[in-house]
Amino acid sequence: MLDKYGIAQRIAKEVKEGFYVNLGIGIPTLVANYIPAHISVMLQSENGLLGMGPFPVEADIDPDLINAGKQTVTMIAGASLFSSAESFAMIRGQHVDLTILGAMEVSDSGDIANWKIPGKMVKGMGGAMDLVASAQNIIVAMQHCNKEGESKLLPECTLPLTGVGCVKMVVTDLAVLEITPEGFLLKERAPGVSVEEIIQRTAGRLKVPAFVPEMVL
Amino acid sequence: MNKIVANAQDAIQDIPSGAVIMLGGFGLCGIPENCITALVSRGINNLTCISNNAGVDDFGIGLMLKQHQVKKMISSYVGENAEFERQLLSGELEVELIPQGTLAERIRAGGAGIPAFYTPAGFGTEIAEGKEIRYFGDKPHLLEHALHADFAIVKAWKGDAFGNLIYKGTARNFNPMMATAGKITIAEVEEIVPVGSLDPNNIHTPGIYVQRIFQGSGYEKRIEQRTFRTTL
Repeated sequence: MLDKYGIAQRIAKEVKEGFYVNLGIGIPTLVANYIPAHISVMLQSENGLLGMGPFPVEADIDPDLINAGKQTVTMIAGASLFSSAESFAMIRGQHVDLTILGAMEVSDSGDIANWKIPGKMVKGMGGAMDLVASAQNIIVAMQHCNKEGESKLLPECTLPLTGVGCVKMVVTDLAVLEITPEGFLLKERAPGVSVEEIIQRTAGRLKVPAFVPEMVL
Repeated sequence: MNKIVANAQDAIQDIPSGAVIMLGGFGLCGIPENCITALVSRGINNLTCISNNAGVDDFGIGLMLKQHQVKKMISSYVGENAEFERQLLSGELEVELIPQGTLAERIRAGGAGIPAFYTPAGFGTEIAEGKEIRYFGDKPHLLEHALHADFAIVKAWKGDAFGNLIYKGTARNFNPMMATAGKITIAEVEEIVPVGSLDPNNIHTPGIYVQRIFQGSGYEKRIEQRTFRTTL
């Protein structure tokens, strides 16, 4: 089973040379730590920064330079700054190669819910609806089950949707799954996790090939 | 052509209760701190505020919420504000949540004379309810309408008496679009420089959009998530 760092580490393997990548808040932010140094990528932060670097050293903290999670960040050489309208033009115009975001629920047809729990949480969707509606390549990073032990990979989302039929891949603490017309396709299992456990913890349609390799991190 | 006013009090003195105002910023980054303080001390209310976020409990728009000056918030994300959530759940406050890119583009459209546009964001979700849906190719889109404001209040880094503005870092965010979408646009800047000293190649907001400008003071620039690394 993976912890959140392991999930981020596995997703980092999907990041390829020359990619422009948008990382959501939470586990997706951690992905940046595992992108190999020899791969050149540009991280897009939807509040208006392309070429986001690591957190600053304390002396270099600049309140005018934050990421979409409101964390203080730095810029790499070759970074650029722009308005929110321009930022979402990049996103809507499908110029971003890969979007990685968290979710509360994903359905076996690729629907995603990650912005609202009716009666409990009203935080808003931020940029998530724009990102999922336009991104060509969306990876969801999340726990396989919620705190009550219930599967978050469902036949249908029960929470208000963020987007429809948009998720391509899900990486959880237990598995790597692709979304196909036949539902979730089990591609890899996390170290020490059995196929049976993944079947038991996946509520949506799940296709299990004869051989499911263990993840290589 | 001199648009300079003395301070925030003068800049906002004719904003009436019930006005629709846009306030720039993303989180607490690039918010018009001086004007927010002045709006709180003037005590006008029934405001409709268009801003990506609603501040935190004791800073930014949160200060106006605490004084019950806001009737309606139009935002994309309001998760950092407990008082906001309380007023929303108790029905004191009306809120319209809009996908962030749609919010940015609706404001841009308002300033650019585009009455409405189609976007894929939100199709199949509850924000599509009641909206016209149209397919372009095989992809569904929602019709979204432009946003305008009686007053747009923006924060820039440098500006001049003509209202030309330059923003710094990610403090730009919603400010440039909002500057274009206000009947009256008020810009507060960290430094007013002489006309002619800003490089015309680098001006982000041309002065035509700005009616009033002043040099603010005492910027706190509060950081929501102070993150740093301990190794070089």
